[in-house]
Amino acid sequence: MHIQLFCFGQVKEAIGANLVDFECDEGDSVKALKMKLLNVYGGLKEVPDFRFAVNQEYVGEDYELSENDEVAIIPPVSGG
Amino acid sequence: MSIQIVSSEIDVEACRKSAAADAAGAVVVFVGAVRDNTKGREVVRLEYEAYVPMAIKVLGQICERAESMFGLLKITVHHRIGILNVGDTAVAIAVSAPHRKAAFDGCQFIIDELKKDVPIWKKECFTDGEAWLTDRP
Repeated sequence: MHIQLFCFGQVKEAIGANLVDFECDEGDSVKALKMKLLNVYGGLKEVPDFRFAVNQEYVGEDYELSENDEVAIIPPVSGG
Repeated sequence: MSIQIVSSEIDVEACRKSAAADAAGAVVVFVGAVRDNTKGREVVRLEYEAYVPMAIKVLGQICERAESMFGLLKITVHHRIGILNVGDTAVAIAVSAPHRKAAFDGCQFIIDELKKDVPIWKKECFTDGEAWLTDRP
């Protein structure tokens, strides 16, 4: 199944793009996606404590992904 | 409620005016500015980026909480992204309330929550290198 992955800040630099089309398996959780991403993009290991958002809401690692979800990897925020 | 992520200069006075209300005895404005150093390293500029639709959504949720927790009358939050130089306004938060305590507390709540959860990032560019800020101030 196909998801869109938005990358920002350190994550964008680790992955080398701000938008990636990523293939994962039907029923994958955010945790499973995280494992796959860490395998493909070793540079992500350097990013501390990144979170995930799906369709612009923060989600926990148990969240089950669906086809065409808009997923964002959120490194530690530093606005203000 | 006015929430904007902008790429040009923030007009702080316009933010204050937009938060004013006839029933408001207090308007508090917080201005976040670009400082010339971080822990002794000289800062040349900051580069901000945002996940804009989510940043606006999360800011809206924070402002709604602030409104009900502190009884705020009006709220304006403008955050700038792109390249900012020392002294530039990065964020302006203007809130109004019938009395000053609610306005001070509400304004502080919004900036504190913004720094925790709103998907905006800054890269600090020093005279001797650059780095994404990762420790929460």
